[in-house]
Amino acid sequence: MLLFVLRRLVMIVPVLLGLLLLTFLMLRFGGGDPAAAIAGDNATPEQIARIREGLGLDDPLIVQFRDYLWAAAQGDFGVSSYSNRSVGLDIAQRLPATLELTVFALLIASVLGIAFGTLAGVWRNSPFDHVVRVVSVAGLATASFWFAIMLQLLFAMQLEILPLRGRLPVGMAAPPTVTGSLVIDALLAGRPGVAWEALRHLALPAFTISLGGLATIARFTRSAVIASLQSEFATYERAVGYPMRRVVFPYVLRNSLVTPVTQIGLLFGAFVSSAVAVEAVFDWPGLGSYLVEAIFTSDFQAVLAVTLVIGAIYGVVNIAVDVAHGLLDPRVAERM
Amino acid sequence: MLIVRKFLRDVPAVLGLVIVLGAVVLAAFPELLVDDPDRVNRGDILNRLRPPGGEFPFGTDDLGRDIFDRVVLGTRSALAIATSVVFFAMLVGVPLGLLAGYLDGVWSGAIMRLTDVFLAVPQLILAIAIAQILGRGAESAMIALAATYWPFFTRTVFAEARRVRSSLFVEALEGLGASRARIMALHILPNVAAPVIVRATVGMGFTILTAAVLGFLGVGATPPDPDWGLAISEGRKYLPEQWWYATFPGLAILLLVLGFNLLGDGLRDLVDPRLRRSR
Repeated sequence: MLLFVLRRLVMIVPVLLGLLLLTFLMLRFGGGDPAAAIAGDNATPEQIARIREGLGLDDPLIVQFRDYLWAAAQGDFGVSSYSNRSVGLDIAQRLPATLELTVFALLIASVLGIAFGTLAGVWRNSPFDHVVRVVSVAGLATASFWFAIMLQLLFAMQLEILPLRGRLPVGMAAPPTVTGSLVIDALLAGRPGVAWEALRHLALPAFTISLGGLATIARFTRSAVIASLQSEFATYERAVGYPMRRVVFPYVLRNSLVTPVTQIGLLFGAFVSSAVAVEAVFDWPGLGSYLVEAIFTSDFQAVLAVTLVIGAIYGVVNIAVDVAHGLLDPRVAERM
Repeated sequence: MLIVRKFLRDVPAVLGLVIVLGAVVLAAFPELLVDDPDRVNRGDILNRLRPPGGEFPFGTDDLGRDIFDRVVLGTRSALAIATSVVFFAMLVGVPLGLLAGYLDGVWSGAIMRLTDVFLAVPQLILAIAIAQILGRGAESAMIALAATYWPFFTRTVFAEARRVRSSLFVEALEGLGASRARIMALHILPNVAAPVIVRATVGMGFTILTAAVLGFLGVGATPPDPDWGLAISEGRKYLPEQWWYATFPGLAILLLVLGFNLLGDGLRDLVDPRLRRSR
């Protein structure tokens, strides 16, 4: 098992190096001349040349790439050409908000998806099953940013029962940072009112992001439950006279959850993608809205740094999923 | 034919096919529903932000343009983007997958590592970065999406080609002295075609969604093009009073993507009974 984890960890290294090379090439050949951008419109060619030298842009490409790798390894992604702030620090500040959002979305998607999928599988071909199927097919076809706007329209603008944007009401002080999740930090600080407000602000964006994942998990759970219910052990238990729920909860569900659990990890990429536009809709101060701001200000350095950071997180999550899969189903670890 | 009859019995898949065909017909002949497709970008300030009803079934936007007309013409732009993205992604991804799957050694490894790098970042994020370099516009969005979608085809074809390669008939062909190019093009390619078609159908829906996000974020289509994602981002400014502006383009996305997904699911059931949705 340990060997398997180590091998998976080693496999991510060439991928990350390739990703770094890709972003490096895009930065060097796609983003215009950074020296000219820093020097401004009125700079003389000599001034630009001096800045180029200062930035190391005259070094051979391989040397530049080495410096880029070294800086990225230390979390230094350069300075934003728009705000002049350190991109690395900006990202570190924004990351917790996105993690809180995606983790909550993942919770919603797993709990509701497994519950709906199980019930749909048990009550196969019932009206409930049909509703779940229609909703999950539609959920996969919905543009998340549009769904976000529709939820805002209904719950925040018409019914006015949930907040429109942000993480906390204007003027409410955030709890001291411990985990980066406002809900957990507020509870740790003993301020349940703040935690409740943070939760209310999370509700709409987290539900929006969870929609696609919820649909996927419900579909996979449903087919796995149906397959387990048709297996011999389930038939035997029912023949012996166990009531349905005694068969389903301890036995069928445990056998059915391997596939959905591996799906949950794969969904993380989809969640981060939809977080980009959804955060922009809800003014959620995370990586996604940071990326959108960087697009609008043509802040190339920031766009590529976000790409890189998301790629790294994505890689780690995928390893974690493989390891979890290996733990749930030892046959997988042996094959790899 | 048996396969056609089997497909026709799958009601959701037929529904998907009807939606997709309907969209194709509308994209080719918008004049069926729109009086004058050439006037779709022409404003009419006196009819600004009219609610749905009567002359304007979906209402009008901030420049007094008929939203129904623009949603219908948006079908053309959505299908054009998705078709070209999937086409170019296949053009690059399928041959690379064949080479990597059939051959061994350095090239095969290099192709798959390159695929891994592209798949290491969620597609949308990488597409945003590439579209950003190329500059705003529908073409950049198209190139960015194709440049990030080909690895999905490579993965699919690679796995299938590996499976086919070990079968007896390929060994027999090799024994008879058939060239590697001939085996790949005439024998392996037809055997991997089915999963590629399924992938392409699902990919159409997926690309329409991603292209809409790019339009919404301002790295895709530019005004005054009738693009769904762009329309939603413009209509958002008029909420909640003018709710129809952002609502209808989103429903159009939902309907068309739904069509491709239902069709893709139906085709998958035909092609690969192992993955059949249990009914």
